[in-house]
Amino acid sequence: MTRNILLAGVGGQGILTIAAIIDHAAMQQGLYIKQAEVHGMSQRGGAVQSHLRISDEEIFSDLIPLGQADLILSLEPMEALRYLPWLSQDGAVVTATQPFINIPNYPDKEQLLSEISKHCKDVHFVNADKLAQEAGSPKAVNVVMAGAAAQYLGLSPEQLLESIRSLFSLKGQHIAELNEKAFKLGQTS
Amino acid sequence: MNEQELLLGAEVIARAAIDEGLSGVYAYPGTPSTEITEYIQQTEEGRTGKVRSAWSVNEKTAYEAALGMSYAGKRSMVCMKHVGLNVAADAFINSASTGSKGGMVVVVADDPSMHSSQNEQDTRYYARFAQLPLLEPSNQQEAYDCVRYAFAFSEALELPVIVRITTRLSHSRSTIIRRAATLPNPLKPDTNRQKWILLPANARRQYQHLLDLQPQLTEAAEMSPFNREWVGKEDSTTGIIAFGLAYNYVMEVNTRFNLQLPVLKISQYPLPEKTIRNFTQRFQRVLIVEEGYPIYEELLKGFFGNEKFSGRMDGTLPRTGELTPDALIKALVPAEAVQPVATPAIVAARPPELCQGCGHRDLYDALNEAMDSFANRHVFADIGCYTLGALPPYNSINTCVDMGASVTMAKGAADAGLHPAVAVIGDSTFTHSGITGLLDAVNDKAAVTILISDNYTTAMTGGQDSGATGRIAAICEGVGVDSNHIRTIVPLKKNHAENVSVLKEEFAYNGVSVVIACRECIQTARRKKKTNV
Repeated sequence: MTRNILLAGVGGQGILTIAAIIDHAAMQQGLYIKQAEVHGMSQRGGAVQSHLRISDEEIFSDLIPLGQADLILSLEPMEALRYLPWLSQDGAVVTATQPFINIPNYPDKEQLLSEISKHCKDVHFVNADKLAQEAGSPKAVNVVMAGAAAQYLGLSPEQLLESIRSLFSLKGQHIAELNEKAFKLGQTS
Repeated sequence: MNEQELLLGAEVIARAAIDEGLSGVYAYPGTPSTEITEYIQQTEEGRTGKVRSAWSVNEKTAYEAALGMSYAGKRSMVCMKHVGLNVAADAFINSASTGSKGGMVVVVADDPSMHSSQNEQDTRYYARFAQLPLLEPSNQQEAYDCVRYAFAFSEALELPVIVRITTRLSHSRSTIIRRAATLPNPLKPDTNRQKWILLPANARRQYQHLLDLQPQLTEAAEMSPFNREWVGKEDSTTGIIAFGLAYNYVMEVNTRFNLQLPVLKISQYPLPEKTIRNFTQRFQRVLIVEEGYPIYEELLKGFFGNEKFSGRMDGTLPRTGELTPDALIKALVPAEAVQPVATPAIVAARPPELCQGCGHRDLYDALNEAMDSFANRHVFADIGCYTLGALPPYNSINTCVDMGASVTMAKGAADAGLHPAVAVIGDSTFTHSGITGLLDAVNDKAAVTILISDNYTTAMTGGQDSGATGRIAAICEGVGVDSNHIRTIVPLKKNHAENVSVLKEEFAYNGVSVVIACRECIQTARRKKKTNV
């Protein structure tokens, strides 16, 4: 089992929290992990991505080769499209539909969504803002999206939930429960 | 101890150093090296001061302090990004002559593809220049093992040992297994004065000693656990020499396409000559894969060239930038290099930007208006978040070269007759390399205006302590700037008109003036608010 996952978003949106959840779960399942992330200048509101690879065999490259990603998991629609060259022919796109607009020439949202559907057969659009609100915090968008992508990760959903409990319990019981709810809402989205 | 830990490559380096009995880490923040020191600061050893870990003012002071700790017999580490080694180069090169005492490891993080840097210089050149040993781990576990090896090796040879990593390893997470910890060394200063006093008579002897050590360094590379062959098919006419992290991309392709090409992995320098000779003799063609400059490709090809070797110089691999698995597919199995789907045209670029609520924004608004009346609009800027003032809508700056260059370039341009000659520099960059340039300007009575955008932190690298928070004005006065021309402003929208007029007044002054724009970084302010709740 090997899963190549490309996490996409804008600096500050929280893709590294998603990565931490997946990493933790993969580690508990005894898998190999490599996860490359972006630090530095691009974190200032720029496009950021993380190449996350999990496998039951040794992983060599920290980077996913072009056309080899099983999943693009994006926190906003334009960033999902940016990494299309990495998506495999039968790969899936799971993306939040709410645009993150911090540039003057941000394209039309509906056009973006139709472009995603055009290029990928297995698309899952998630109204993550709404679900995060429902879970109790607009900040939980990333965990909602982790839930929405759960079925594509090759990891047991129970293990992912356990990882969320373990990672967020440091911030208090309430926060852990909120994120657990966010994950579950994402799962059924 | 056998439990796995998931860590960034940078954190692995830190973890290994602590486990190896480190007494002090010295560093100035710089992507992609910052997380090494940050990790140590957050450990129990760091918090309790068992391992000293506060930030240094620049890489040179950091390097020298690490050398001093080594002189005193304890194990020290100094960490920097690649261009930081330029700043520390004087100490670095001469430390190859003095040698060290307590184990001293020099970690340099290179940034091929310039993700967060002005160049992609390769630290392996510096290692050759200084004639010091260098280790270049290919993955996180090897990074752990290399650092532990480096401390022992450094102590055995009494030489600083370099560990070179790149962005990809530094900022990639994987699991490692730790090994039993070593106790720190006791205080035991070196008493050999001839070794440490580099008067010419001593320096000649010490340099000869360094040369005499070279066969030993090469022999260690021949025996190194980090230099080894991955045995491929016996009848292969092609062999690969993969250096450091490049090994991963080679093996990714080698295993995925079941090529079975023999691979010699090199992670310890100077080059093991015998190993290389024996390996290359077996093949008609040898691909050299280096994450960085084609240093060893050039060396193996020789001045007059040799068709046997290919790599970055003949276009088999890209001449610049970070390697990728795709570059190796193109080089090894071109038929499999499928043209990827293009990113759709609808996708707009999303470059980094100054944060909403950042004081640099208001400073640039004021600066742009103050410069409006001048036909010659030239602003010399520096390294930091405020370099983003280069982008629209500000387009405020004309240069960004190296740490501290804003002050001295403005001075040189003023000497040439440019008016106004304006520099923009952050508080941390000012303490790193701006103060000495300001002294030059004062001594020469240059007509420059230095804007110090003071956000009380080293912001670009994530908010590390800045060298002189609260003392910037006093430093300028101490350097000799007339106190009437050290002005402090607060870059907020409501102060815009006032700030513009302060800038204009100081542009009009025929001498050194400093305008300090004080406003806390929005990122650190937010984090503080969070912690207080």
